[in-house]
Amino acid sequence: MIELLVAQNSASFPVLNALIIVPIAGAMAVVLLPKSRPELIRPIGAIFASIAGVLSLYVMAQFSVNDPGFQFQSIQSWIPSLGINWHVGVDGISLWLVVLTGLITPIVLVAVDPHHDPKPYTAWLLLLQAGSFGAFLALDLFLFFLMFEIVLVPMYMLIGGWGYDDRRYAATKFFLYTMAGSALMLVAIVSVATLSSGTQDITFNVIELAQRQALSTNTARLCFLAFVLAFVIKVPVVPVHTWLPDAHTQAPTAGSVVLAAVMLKLGTYGLLRFGLYLFPEASVWAAPTLATLGVIGVVYGAIVATMQKDLKRLVAYSSVAHMGFIVLGIFAFTTQSLEGGVLQMVNHGLSTGALFLLVGMLYERRKTRAISELSGIQSAAPIFAGFFTVAMLSSIGVPGLNGFVGEFLVLIGSYETRRWWTVIAATGVILAALYLLWAYQRVFHGEPTADDEKTADLTLKEGLVLAPFLAGIVFLGIYPKPLLERIEPAVNNLISHLEQHSDYVQPDLGDPVVVEGDHGSKDDH
Amino acid sequence: MGNLQLVGFVGPSVNWWALMPQIILLGAALIILLVSALAPQRSSTAFATVTTMCAAFTSLVVALGLWNDVKTDGPSSSIASAFGVDGFSIFFTVLILIGLATTALLSHGYLDAEGMDPPEFHALLLCSAAGAIVMASANDLIVMFLGLEALSIGIYVMIAMHHRRSEARESAIKYFVLGAFSSAFLLYGIALTYGSTGSTNLVHIRDYLDAVVFRDQHLLMAAMALLLVGLSFKVAAAPFHFWAPDVYQGAPSPVTGWMASIAKAAGFAALLRIFFAAFASHDVDWAPIVGALAVITLMVGAVMAILQTDVKRMLAFSSVSHAGYILVAVHSASDSGTSAALFYLFTYTLMVLGSFAVVGAMGSDDEHPLSRYSGLGRSRPVIAMGFTLLLLAQAGIPTTSGFIAKFQVIGAAVENKSYFIAAVSMVTAVIGAFMYLRIVMAMYVVDEGEEGPSPVWHWTTSLVVVATVSFTVIVGLVPQFLIDFAEDAVPILIRG
Repeated sequence: MIELLVAQNSASFPVLNALIIVPIAGAMAVVLLPKSRPELIRPIGAIFASIAGVLSLYVMAQFSVNDPGFQFQSIQSWIPSLGINWHVGVDGISLWLVVLTGLITPIVLVAVDPHHDPKPYTAWLLLLQAGSFGAFLALDLFLFFLMFEIVLVPMYMLIGGWGYDDRRYAATKFFLYTMAGSALMLVAIVSVATLSSGTQDITFNVIELAQRQALSTNTARLCFLAFVLAFVIKVPVVPVHTWLPDAHTQAPTAGSVVLAAVMLKLGTYGLLRFGLYLFPEASVWAAPTLATLGVIGVVYGAIVATMQKDLKRLVAYSSVAHMGFIVLGIFAFTTQSLEGGVLQMVNHGLSTGALFLLVGMLYERRKTRAISELSGIQSAAPIFAGFFTVAMLSSIGVPGLNGFVGEFLVLIGSYETRRWWTVIAATGVILAALYLLWAYQRVFHGEPTADDEKTADLTLKEGLVLAPFLAGIVFLGIYPKPLLERIEPAVNNLISHLEQHSDYVQPDLGDPVVVEGDHGSKDDH
Repeated sequence: MGNLQLVGFVGPSVNWWALMPQIILLGAALIILLVSALAPQRSSTAFATVTTMCAAFTSLVVALGLWNDVKTDGPSSSIASAFGVDGFSIFFTVLILIGLATTALLSHGYLDAEGMDPPEFHALLLCSAAGAIVMASANDLIVMFLGLEALSIGIYVMIAMHHRRSEARESAIKYFVLGAFSSAFLLYGIALTYGSTGSTNLVHIRDYLDAVVFRDQHLLMAAMALLLVGLSFKVAAAPFHFWAPDVYQGAPSPVTGWMASIAKAAGFAALLRIFFAAFASHDVDWAPIVGALAVITLMVGAVMAILQTDVKRMLAFSSVSHAGYILVAVHSASDSGTSAALFYLFTYTLMVLGSFAVVGAMGSDDEHPLSRYSGLGRSRPVIAMGFTLLLLAQAGIPTTSGFIAKFQVIGAAVENKSYFIAAVSMVTAVIGAFMYLRIVMAMYVVDEGEEGPSPVWHWTTSLVVVATVSFTVIVGLVPQFLIDFAEDAVPILIRG
């Protein structure tokens, strides 16, 4: 009875709309604060971002585990003459990205001091949170495009306003690359909606369009390519990744963390939600190419990361490698690989987010990120080194931490359908150990110079900021079931949608990974 | 002999109410001129501005009354079907009046700042606006030409009115010579249209073209080509855009805003009336040419814009590329394309007026370098944010009216199966975005010691910027009302 009431409540309270509106309201509140009270800016920003974070946790708590469809849906008519609705909803694929967005933004707001102009800085971060929520929740193509493109502006402003020396170049490159990708996607969106309408009313409703599948094969493939172009630039997939190292390196720490943890996921999320779901046949058609690009990203990102002289750039290239793994998982089309891909999106957000925060903290202390100018930090700042170790090991994919679970699922799931791709991608795991451990060795071990010895250790506040990341890393490494059991129904739903609308048939891999009591058997392999 | 009878000349019946918006504007122009001539001292600019604003407002009220008539009784025409009152003409009347009020305010600030006080400026502006309304309402090619000339002659003089600046005079001569040149093309086109269809009345032309199949339509093709060339000059579509950057740069900023917005809108009004309404049955002949013009215009506008270093020239080329988007919508020769073009024109007009308001306030020298905007984000945060929004709107970034406008243009192109043109217009949008981002970057990303001079602001500038930005954002969020207005305005030619 109580459960029923709660269910009704959650249906009536438009919590997903609130998720988008609260940060916008926060940004407005921050902008309207009087000039005489600058000390209030960051607390108020953090409070609004935290409210959104709590709401995202509420969504997670109320999320019904076995429902593969979209939950908490809310539809309002918006531009009726064009068939456009404000339509949001969440399923197992987007749920964890929403939670990630909800939790990372307040942490970043508290953690990173902008040093100047706190007001616009806080407002832009809040708008970034709102836009990211919107993009993950949108079930209307128009709304999705709007959110997908609008998040560029805050990030552009953050890089341009608070970044490092080369920020003009990096910010403009970031903006134009992403906009160039989404330019053709807009044409494809309009085409899909128009051509699918036939005699019916035009609609941009994703669920409706995915069910209609009214496009001819060639048209669908062309539209799919236009969508994919937008997403692979965002992911980013080699060879359209060059904006990422620049943007990450020049962005302020907060920008880097949100970029890595949230915005890159827009690409992989888009591939799942709008690639596979809207264009099942075309996805199967293009899968070998895209999986190849993913694997190239894994190896290329790892090799280039090894060569980096700048610690932040190294982490940026490790992102290219990790995201390549996710792309491989997505285009392997098995329950495990897709689950692993979605889980890996969260994992990458945690580990790379933590790494960027740590590199930012190191930069605050030493005003340099050059690996050659740092050494022996471990003896001066042991706790800092400890936190860095955990985040790094998570990124490498050491068993017991979250990275392992995701990579393992991707590899085991892809092995059946994309064997040789998987074999090559597996080398990426080894390369990740190489470049991260080597960098760690150079920076943290060895003889500290006089400057290195003065490097202060983590403060309590910094420790508290990093604690949620580390808790997530360890928790998901030991007990990923709460995530996987919510991801799995949505993923299975997506795969059966694929099978229904293309000639793809998922090979039988035995029992899915998450079955009651089966969890331990994985360790036997 | 003897049979010759003298018949009293009976003019066509005139529906004075339908002409009221223009009559009010012309009346106000006369009042300004008379008062300034008769007053013992030179009257102040304030009088002219207030009169212009009152005229614009009264005229707007009348236009809304006419809108109500059209809604209830349907469209009508007057003066022997030479002048139409329909959704289309009222749409443009409203747009032109909004532009008039905005430009009058900005001119007030400009004249104040420059220490000029000619009341003729506002009188000319009023005449020019009346001409634009006539052009948009004309149902006859000759009347349309009259409107065009009234619009243009006012602009020639307004550009040159700043007698201390030689660039302004150079700019005026350039615009005058090329404007006259394009008028000649247009007139020749009108003559050939008359030659091939036997009328200058758009209704008659359409009926004739519907009823008659030409064995040899070279004459008509030539007529359409000449009309298109003449109007392309007016709307600054490539390759007939060469005058635009020079003239925009040399003209006083409020006049530049007027040219970029209202002169262009009136040009498109004529283009849509002639081609979409009168030559509708021959769209297979003209639509491909318009499509080609659109593609060239988009590319030239975007690529040339990013090569500029002067902000006024950047915005001039950006206005060229906007003409390209509107041409994409015209190209689809459908109701949805026309309403997309109208929506685009309305939103574009306000964006461009707001942008030139800021540009005007940033200085009236001959050069307008980007460095002048350095650090505006810190010294004038509200204005800088407003300008940023206007620029992002021109780049077509969501939550602004510019995005909805582009979205509809793409929609019209896709509906017409012009996927190539749709793709070109989106790709050039990205190229163009680089230019807008450069300006934004200059305002917000400043290194030490790079700050530009702190500009002097007239209250009119702030008012215009706030109003245009609010409109841009509101339409970006809830566009339905303007979409409805634009859909209702799709031109219908009125019978007798």
